Amino acid sequence: MFDQFSFGNTGWGDELLSGLGVTVRLAAATLPVGLLIGFGVAQLLMARSFMLRAVGVGYTTLMRGLPEILTLFMVYNGVGLALKSFSQHFAPGGAGFDISPFVAGTTALALVFGAFAAEVIRGGFIAIPRGQIEAGQAIGMSPAQIFWRIKLPQLWRFALPGLGNLWLGLLKDTSLVSIIAVNDLMRMTKVAVGVTKQPFTFYLVACAIYWVLCLFSETALARMERRANRGVARA
Amino acid sequence: MDLIGTLLANWPRLLDGTAMTLKLTVTAALISVVITPLLALGRVHAGPVAGGLLRLYVSFVRGTPLLAQLFLVFYGSGQFRPFFQEWGLWGFIREPFNCCVLVLVMYTTAYQAEILRGGIQAVPRGEVEAAQAVGMTYRQILRRVIFPHAVRFAWPGLGNEMIILVKGSALASVVTVFDLMGRSRQIFLHSFDFAIYIWAAAIYLMITACIVLLWRLIELRLARHMHPSSPLPGASP
Amino acid sequence: MISSPAAKPADRQPELVLKAEDITKSFGAVEVLKGISLQARTHDVISILGASGSGKSTFLRCLNLLETPTSGRLVVHGEEVKLGGDRGPDARHVQRIRARLGMVFQQFNLWSHRTVLENVMEGPVHVKKQKVAEARERAEALLARVGLSQRMDMYPSQLSGGQQQRVAIARALAMEPDAILFDEPTSALDPELVGEVLKVMRDLAEEGRTMIVVTHEMDFARAVSSEVVFLHEGRIAEQGAPDAMFSAPKSEEFARFIAKRH
Repeated sequence: MFDQFSFGNTGWGDELLSGLGVTVRLAAATLPVGLLIGFGVAQLLMARSFMLRAVGVGYTTLMRGLPEILTLFMVYNGVGLALKSFSQHFAPGGAGFDISPFVAGTTALALVFGAFAAEVIRGGFIAIPRGQIEAGQAIGMSPAQIFWRIKLPQLWRFALPGLGNLWLGLLKDTSLVSIIAVNDLMRMTKVAVGVTKQPFTFYLVACAIYWVLCLFSETALARMERRANRGVARA
Repeated sequence: MDLIGTLLANWPRLLDGTAMTLKLTVTAALISVVITPLLALGRVHAGPVAGGLLRLYVSFVRGTPLLAQLFLVFYGSGQFRPFFQEWGLWGFIREPFNCCVLVLVMYTTAYQAEILRGGIQAVPRGEVEAAQAVGMTYRQILRRVIFPHAVRFAWPGLGNEMIILVKGSALASVVTVFDLMGRSRQIFLHSFDFAIYIWAAAIYLMITACIVLLWRLIELRLARHMHPSSPLPGASP
Repeated sequence: MISSPAAKPADRQPELVLKAEDITKSFGAVEVLKGISLQARTHDVISILGASGSGKSTFLRCLNLLETPTSGRLVVHGEEVKLGGDRGPDARHVQRIRARLGMVFQQFNLWSHRTVLENVMEGPVHVKKQKVAEARERAEALLARVGLSQRMDMYPSQLSGGQQQRVAIARALAMEPDAILFDEPTSALDPELVGEVLKVMRDLAEEGRTMIVVTHEMDFARAVSSEVVFLHEGRIAEQGAPDAMFSAPKSEEFARFIAKRH
């Protein structure tokens, strides 16, 4: 039964592998965008102005309260509609163009990731001992220097566990993108199932691949945490 | 975009979808109330073999996407059709709603059990010993000392899991269950009316807001012994 | 680098390093400082004493603007600090002032993500823009001076409290400050570790450093300071030469304060 998973024309190994590649690329493309959104929204959450804080809270509440799949469809269909009316406006009767499912998927995942990351990042900033910032002020550091040289390196230490969990969630959430026709691991599995008529075997293999991906990430994250915490006594 | 017009034209189907979402979530939540404590106790007390299996189960559920689990059960069961038919379970497992509830229960209990386990392990040793000292049986200690403590400790985390459950239930739409997500998708594909998604979003947010509120209210009740000035008589230990 | 032993107080004409005039500070409706004036000249070692809540730490923090005074005047080495009214002082201006005043905190406040050596080099390299090699050489010399040559590559959490505080002192010295402010530098230390930190401070005083020290260490204040300032409820209750003050306190508050401690 293992020939089904061999590579080449007879087996599905290469298809699943290419799907896995897309899954990892999706997650890897989402991470930086999501972190950027997370940082931005975290700044809003910590802003002095009530209005900015309200915008931040509104964003995180919305994105954390909606099912990821609804967000995905809102981005995919919504941006698609907007692009269509946009192109119709400038080139009436033209064919118009669609948003690529990969881009839509990455965008939606990043929007969600950013909302959760904002909370983690805010928590990390708050956890930095006040005295370490004062010590920076006391030697005459500028706010920018304090941010880059004291806050950011320590933020990493406090936010890494939370961000690590979000990364695991992101890896799994990429599977949703298969619904809008991105050829990720989930969708390639579906294709294989359609031909082989062995749904359980193939979905089990897909699950196992995600599982290994997660376990691998967990190990890597544990190592990063140890690195980030070097020299810091564990409470 | 005509929000009101969309609502007027589609409210029966939206309502119907909302009812299905609630039905999925509440059914899964109620079943998990029975299973979670058993799993949590298992994680605390089980021997090496059973404990290892439980850990494997929890790790599997937490390490794989909910969608993949759903497909594994919903489509995967077809591969064992004769087996299910022999046991008279085919009619049950073929039904998308049942599959969804089954997978949601598997999913949420794995997470909930870990949270509750943390609660059980946080019960002060002395209170258990005090219960043993007055001659309670293990069952009594569980019911009267350990679980009340553990649930109070785990309550906020469990509330989070409820919200994740509501959101997870939206995946049922992928296997042809017409929940709130499924209905909105259906309406959108017929009308290309984006407003329907906005209504769906609003309803999901309302459901989660209700859960948050309900959880807070119950939390206040659970924690009343923490406030010395509590007006409720007999509430403080 | 470190002032030569020849620079004894008497050798040089003392100049005004820091002048505070009528500093007040309120937190909401609570007035913590009710008008405090202080002058520090080169080689002065001023000890600020007072019960907890007397405002002594707040006053010290006002001197390098970790707290912005509500009103008053502050002159650091001839440069008037513009407190800026409601908008607060100009940030650049404040940074320049702070770089000239060293600060040693009660809780050490070493940066936990940097090694001992990096903690000391941070300010010279990134605030004073010194060359790394040069800053390292100086930092190593300063750490040797506070007796920590062997620990330069350790992280703060691997050191005892006394060692951490000595690193913090080296960190302050590395900025070549005009004056060093000490905010209860030994209060967070276990009793057996207090001595090593006081010894370093004593050496600095003998070397002619300008120091303003908020402390509970009566013996240190009496033996090392050139001037003692006693705060009581946000005001200076008594001030003068340590021997005179300790042997014949003029104010009732200070008399009661030292009676309680001895």
